Amino acid sequence: MKKYAALFKIRFINGLQYRAAAAAGLSTQFAWGFMEILAFSAFYRANPAAFPMEFSHLVSYIWIQQAFLALFAPWGSGGDAVEAIVSGNIAYDLTRPLDIYNRWFIETAANRVARAALRCTPVLFVAFILPPPLKMTLPPSLFQLSMFVLAVPLGLCVVTAYSVIDSISTFYTMSRYNAIFVIMADFFAGGYIPLPFFPEPVRKVVELTPFGAMQNMPLRIYSGDIAGPDAVKGVVLQIFWFAALLLAGKMLMRKSLKRVVSQGG
Amino acid sequence: MKLYLKFFAINLKSQMQYKATFLLNIFARVVMSFATVAGVWFMFMRFNEVEGFTLNQVLLCTAIIMMSFSLTEVFARGFDVFPRLLGNGQFDRFLVRPRNIIFQVLASQMEFARLGIFIQAAFVFIYAIPRSGVVWTRDKILTLFLMIICGSLVFFGLYLVYASFAFFTVEGLEFMNILIYGGREFGRYPFSIYGKGILKFLTYIVPLALFQYYPLLYLLDIKQNAFYMLLPPLSMLFLLPSYAFFRIGLRRYKSTGS
Amino acid sequence: MITLSNINKTFKVAKRQAGFGRAVKALFSREHELVRALTDVSFRIGDGEMVGYIGPNGAGKSTTIKIMCGILTPESGACEIDGRTPWKERVAHVREIGVVFGQRSQLWWDVPVVDSFELIRDIYKVDEKLYKRNLDELAALLDLGELMKTPARSLSLGQRMRCEIAASLLHSPKTLFLDEPTIGLDAVSKIAVRQFIKKLNAEHGTTVILTTHDMQDIEALTERILLIGKGRILLDGSLEELKKRSSERKTLVVEYKGAAPEICFGMAVREDKDGRLVISLDPSILSVSDAITSLAAGAEITDVSVSGVTAEEMVASLYKEYRI
Repeated sequence: MKKYAALFKIRFINGLQYRAAAAAGLSTQFAWGFMEILAFSAFYRANPAAFPMEFSHLVSYIWIQQAFLALFAPWGSGGDAVEAIVSGNIAYDLTRPLDIYNRWFIETAANRVARAALRCTPVLFVAFILPPPLKMTLPPSLFQLSMFVLAVPLGLCVVTAYSVIDSISTFYTMSRYNAIFVIMADFFAGGYIPLPFFPEPVRKVVELTPFGAMQNMPLRIYSGDIAGPDAVKGVVLQIFWFAALLLAGKMLMRKSLKRVVSQGG
Repeated sequence: MKLYLKFFAINLKSQMQYKATFLLNIFARVVMSFATVAGVWFMFMRFNEVEGFTLNQVLLCTAIIMMSFSLTEVFARGFDVFPRLLGNGQFDRFLVRPRNIIFQVLASQMEFARLGIFIQAAFVFIYAIPRSGVVWTRDKILTLFLMIICGSLVFFGLYLVYASFAFFTVEGLEFMNILIYGGREFGRYPFSIYGKGILKFLTYIVPLALFQYYPLLYLLDIKQNAFYMLLPPLSMLFLLPSYAFFRIGLRRYKSTGS
Repeated sequence: MITLSNINKTFKVAKRQAGFGRAVKALFSREHELVRALTDVSFRIGDGEMVGYIGPNGAGKSTTIKIMCGILTPESGACEIDGRTPWKERVAHVREIGVVFGQRSQLWWDVPVVDSFELIRDIYKVDEKLYKRNLDELAALLDLGELMKTPARSLSLGQRMRCEIAASLLHSPKTLFLDEPTIGLDAVSKIAVRQFIKKLNAEHGTTVILTTHDMQDIEALTERILLIGKGRILLDGSLEELKKRSSERKTLVVEYKGAAPEICFGMAVREDKDGRLVISLDPSILSVSDAITSLAAGAEITDVSVSGVTAEEMVASLYKEYRI
């Protein structure tokens, strides 16, 4: 366990080095969230009755999404692993006394946490002091808040497990571009528009998939858009998908490594 | 121009060496821009209009911004990867060749796989052009072309600004994303929906609205003044300060070399 | 003709620090330090000269080359190459020079080398006849032949370097800058590259300025050496002169059986192990033949070899002497 903690720490420090990048990311995410809210408010003005969420819930959704973008966005975190496979350096990794799956999982998660850690506080701070209707609100109850606190790490675990599977698939495609996986996850997890804005039948199906267990869950639990028993069900669903993706990933990794070894790297 | 075509040929030949990757990349881009279009489509299944624009009118707008952006992405790729050119010394190579620097950056890198967005935009045009309710007179067709071409030149100006910053710092260039990728993503709706402040900013400072919003009003007969036709060419004025900034950055690079 | 006078250049470098606390601290403030890259660098290189520009890493070699190529502008000082200031008349200047960066490629990775050559021809507007003549000559001298039909990515390092050099000479430049042209090459390729450069200089009178860490390059190619350390030109002279200057001592390696030979005045023992004796000799005190005679008198000698200072040793002692 200690070596994984060390691994996490190295990655984390590495992520902290990029001060200017963090500042730039911050302003980008802030501006991005601002524009998103403006766009949704135009639709709200057009037909308030058709709006599937409370507007304040949506505002919180967008600000948390921007604040935790690096945590939940499915892209841009498996770079090193993919590079290791394509370049063949994976053979070298195999000689280390670390389980490769665990290592990739930790590294991917640490990258995400490091980048999000720098960015989330300022974005949230600004979001809280904005004038309404842009202002972010507190969760409606302590219960929702505690469910949110549970749902964030679980969401991270689900999206990381998904990313690692994506990286492992490089063994088969041998290409640096598995963009389709990423785009699918981004879209169905509510990265483009939140799931409540999807047409009803599509939403119902997507909410049951692993995509629904990623950012969708914490972001909607926070504001109370998913409340009470639904929130509990949501967290259980997250645990289920995390376990399923973890298992699938480990199995896939074992199979792929056998392939690598039998091919002699 | 002849030299540019030679560069074009060698770029194309290089990329055709990896046909599978090339096709996969194009496909990924088509899917990516499809997700954007699907987002618009889902929104309009719920809301019939926004700020007076219908789905088909908005799709026209989406296709225009996607197409102009993709042209820039394909042909100004060198500025997109500019920090890399500085890092690996390729830029130094340009400096020891007897040709214009900007020309060399443009010519040396073209990424045809980025045409994916262009293809997606073409599909959207095919869908939206007959349904948008526009009577396609000669003037309207001309306006549409001006919107796309001038749009890609404004995006090129933004790339130039991005590259100019790269002369000063390698980190922190991400803030340009809000203008470059933000321009593309938020430009899927007419810029007026974001309110007066944003519209003013995008008219006078970074003139994305000059080729996207105002001429769209002319296309849709909301405004009939032919002046709106001339706004896209006016937006190209943005290239002047961008170019000046690039010169400043270049001068700094030559004095620090880092 | 190349003239540099009193060139100065300073860089500002950000300090990177290790450790968690420092990483966090660096988020808010970052220290910078000024590094003097070049101090009062002056020299003159005549047409047709071959000059080796040596010095340890970070001494300012590349910076000087970049200034001469017009990539960098110095803070003060003048640089004139064939009557032009490189950073003021970039286009006219670079038409007359060829540059090879040893660790970077100017060839297109995925297309046959000859396609890159043709593109370079068009970039420099080399007229077709001249291009053909140059290409034929370069192909023959560098033994390019089949290589030209191969994409650069499938060439070995040595093959690629030969192509790189050819690419830099297609426009018949008057001056050729070579920045570590033999780095990473195998012995055969190194020799091929050296022979070619020698021929180029002899037959076309091309001025060659070469930076390298490989002293055999220097020994094989250049008459004149410029030594730079910490941004200053420390020495400017011929290789032979420097060798004499730095040390006239000879090294004797003697193999013997039985008792060790007797050492006399003028000799210093460097090593004595397993019947092998290494002696450093000062010929002004004791001639080589006298030394061997005296050694042979007292012991059974099976083998003797005598050598002067190698360029490698000379440079090492120069670096030591100037503490760079």
